[in-house]
Amino acid sequence: MKDLFRGKLVRLTSEEPEFRAKHEVNWQRDTEFHRLADSDPAELNSEKKIKEWAEKNAEGGFKPARYPFSIRALDDDKLIGFIGLWLDLVHGEAWIGIGIGEREYWGKGYGTDAMKLALQYAFMELGMQRVSLGLHEYNARALKSYEKAGFRLEGRTRQDMLREGKRTDSLWMGILRAEWLALQNG
Amino acid sequence: MHDIYKGELVRLSAMTPDEASKAFARWGRDSEFRRLIDSNVSSMASQAAIQKWLEKELDEQSPNQHWFSIRKLDDDALLGDIDLFVSNWSGREAFVGLGIGEREFWGKGYGTDVMNVILRYAFTEVNLKRVTLTVFEYNPRAIRSYEKAGFRHEGRVRKALHKEGARWDILFMGILREEWLERNRET
Amino acid sequence: MFDIATQLFESPDIRFGPIDYEKDPEIESKWTHNAEFMRLFDLEPARPMSAAIVKKQYEKLEKKIDEDKNLFHFMIRAKADDRLIGKAMIQRIEWANGNCQMRLGIGSADDRRKSYGAQALKMLLRFAFAELNMFRVTANVAEYNEGAIALLQKFGFTEEVRRRQSLEREGRRWDLLVFGLLKDEWLKQAQA
Repeated sequence: MKDLFRGKLVRLTSEEPEFRAKHEVNWQRDTEFHRLADSDPAELNSEKKIKEWAEKNAEGGFKPARYPFSIRALDDDKLIGFIGLWLDLVHGEAWIGIGIGEREYWGKGYGTDAMKLALQYAFMELGMQRVSLGLHEYNARALKSYEKAGFRLEGRTRQDMLREGKRTDSLWMGILRAEWLALQNG
Repeated sequence: MHDIYKGELVRLSAMTPDEASKAFARWGRDSEFRRLIDSNVSSMASQAAIQKWLEKELDEQSPNQHWFSIRKLDDDALLGDIDLFVSNWSGREAFVGLGIGEREFWGKGYGTDVMNVILRYAFTEVNLKRVTLTVFEYNPRAIRSYEKAGFRHEGRVRKALHKEGARWDILFMGILREEWLERNRET
Repeated sequence: MFDIATQLFESPDIRFGPIDYEKDPEIESKWTHNAEFMRLFDLEPARPMSAAIVKKQYEKLEKKIDEDKNLFHFMIRAKADDRLIGKAMIQRIEWANGNCQMRLGIGSADDRRKSYGAQALKMLLRFAFAELNMFRVTANVAEYNEGAIALLQKFGFTEEVRRRQSLEREGRRWDLLVFGLLKDEWLKQAQA
């Protein structure tokens, strides 16, 4: 059986809350990153608060519906971002959220590689029937990356974001189990 | 879509602690009933104690648990309870436990009917892949009822029970989603 | 149009009201015992609830409304006899973006055949756009919920996303549809 957590450029990890918090504080300072990855207003949280939030997520054992990971680059072992899965167990649908906080790793295939690992995990380990995600229409790099990973565009909720005085759409994508399996064989 | 709460003789209903605790206390006095459904030593609890326990259980009910009262369709009488517990999401497996406390309704198809209802619920609402149950070797009426509902024998845990000076096996039975869908395919 | 005189919560046959802890739990408990209603209204497995459990849910809901400040909940009552007939919500409000999700359910099939749904939706949209100042309202509907789809389309909602095979029920998979209505679209048909 494959190593589920190791790809070609990245590996998925579970980090110590303190270590993760240190990095996340820096990622929060990059508001371009925030505005690409998130829909809530940007905020600056203390390292303490982020650490407590990370600890809270880790405690209480493993919840059956949440699978959060950190992402490390294989070549230099640097912590570059996060990727998480939220499951609807009854319907077999997983939602993915990904963020590459370290800018130097944008546009070089690290995100796509992490996404491929997460999809494999969702379908082969978690037994999901489909995986969904949303992104901002202004995030062209992410759109290309997700298409490469096999997601199909399913629609757009019109003008649901307001930033810098401009309204933009959210795009919604999905990949079905059969589609993903076909990609592995093809 | 099917009415997934309803069978031909019974329906699934929410458990109400005051009514259910009265019934459980009464059924608890029937030691034959207790020994058919419970491997533990038969004992009796007061209605008040049962009510308190029920309220706590229902309040803290896990999303993996689907616990219902069983009511007769014709007169709404409370017959027993049935519990579907998802033990394993990865394998999409649940355990089912059934108890019909009202003796006059034993051996008349009520057990099979409620089992059919819970299986439809398990396979087409919770979308599970298999349902498992355990039943005692000395409960042939239940074994027959479960066979009628489509469960297959999968093995026995030998001499796991000690009742009335003898040792008895606990039987494991199971039904798979494909098997149930095949049995219930609309033609 | 600065119309503060027209009531936000009154319609010809129905009104929006708060939770009545004495009367409502029993009625809502009955709805939860109706598998058809549950499968139209909720995507989680249908689960009958006792009045006691419903009451606890109300308490949790009112606490959430206080804490999260991004949720509004209304009981729908028939004016003739003050009977509880349904519920309506605006939830997941993103204040910065001016968007939210709506939910609407009429408990009994008989009541669903009357115009109550349309009256409730009209009030709910006015609340979202003219009182909460939302820019858009989203509604998620299962593809098998034809009644809801027809009602949303009547009010000018557009089908924006088809989440293919997102749901499983009755042994098969269904699409989940995402509908959206923008403020100027609402204004156009509200004035018509």
